[in-house]
Amino acid sequence: MAKVLVVTSGKGGVGKTTSTAALGAALAQSGQNVVVVDFDVGLRNLDLVMGAERRVVFDLINVVQGDARLSQALIRDKRCETLSILPASQTRDKDALTSEGVARVMDELREKFDWVICDSPAGIERGAQLAMYHADAAVIVTNPEVSSVRDSDRIIGLLDIKTQKAERGEKIEKHLLLTRYDPARAARKEMLSVEDVLEILSIPLVGIVPESEDVLKASNVGAPVTLSSPESLPARAYFEAARRLSGEKIDVSVPTEKRGFLDWLFGKKGAA
Amino acid sequence: MSFLAKRQPPTSAVARDRLQILLAHERSAGEEGESDLLKQLHKEIMEVIARHVAVDQDKVQIKLDRGSGCSMLEIDVEVPQELSNKRAS
Repeated sequence: MAKVLVVTSGKGGVGKTTSTAALGAALAQSGQNVVVVDFDVGLRNLDLVMGAERRVVFDLINVVQGDARLSQALIRDKRCETLSILPASQTRDKDALTSEGVARVMDELREKFDWVICDSPAGIERGAQLAMYHADAAVIVTNPEVSSVRDSDRIIGLLDIKTQKAERGEKIEKHLLLTRYDPARAARKEMLSVEDVLEILSIPLVGIVPESEDVLKASNVGAPVTLSSPESLPARAYFEAARRLSGEKIDVSVPTEKRGFLDWLFGKKGAA
Repeated sequence: MSFLAKRQPPTSAVARDRLQILLAHERSAGEEGESDLLKQLHKEIMEVIARHVAVDQDKVQIKLDRGSGCSMLEIDVEVPQELSNKRAS
């Protein structure tokens, strides 16, 4: 039974695309068939973050409008064969996506894959609502920062009314993914803590991804961080989050790395 | 300077408190139907009061709190001093 997951946040720049790529790759590495779908029409970037930008021939809109078959638009990842990407269109605008067309494509994806992960555009308008409509579960990506938390609260409200599940009177599963977290700053009370954000948003936590240089390095080379540096702290956080999404009950820990004396001496920033 | 800084609450606590107040407000106003209801109530209550006393728009506060068990409609009308005295005598 396929599961449709939307990765959303309201606010832009909090790590939706990075998290979609990293979670998608993590789930695929466990042997499940995964497709990541870019809903950010006009501003597609999932292909770039995943290193597939030069392999895009057809896109979501071509498939929605019937100009291409799904199999023609899907790009299979070269590093992980159970991972595919369905890119968004860069030239068209979001109005080219019809609700009926999206519904048809989602049905087809559900038949082919175990996981359909939809990368939502920022905002709360039509594009974001189309991305969330078919979801069984949502990952709400939040930074420990006031504007991000406020926008997440707004998106959580929308998930409860603007999804197919909500219309049927069912509950959509919601998971909080806290990204760009800096445990040291939170300890100094310069940053909202995990507990603060959980208390405010009151949805279950699926993972804490620490602020880390590895995330930018991964997108520089066009690889999900879970593929390019699987041992890094952010990758470990994403692997754990993927296991929780698959139903495993494991405690969420704040990923930290011991800072060595030499790191401290030379002022090298610890990954924690 | 650091001994002064210690008297301030940590910035994360300020952030948390600001968010809690803001979101409590936004969540109650978030449902459009509800804010329409409040606007309508405000308008009609104003009309009724205006028939008897001259009162400022801003002096009438209407709040609706939705609890799980019960909801509370709170109407707060500030009546001008001289008028309430006149009525009492």
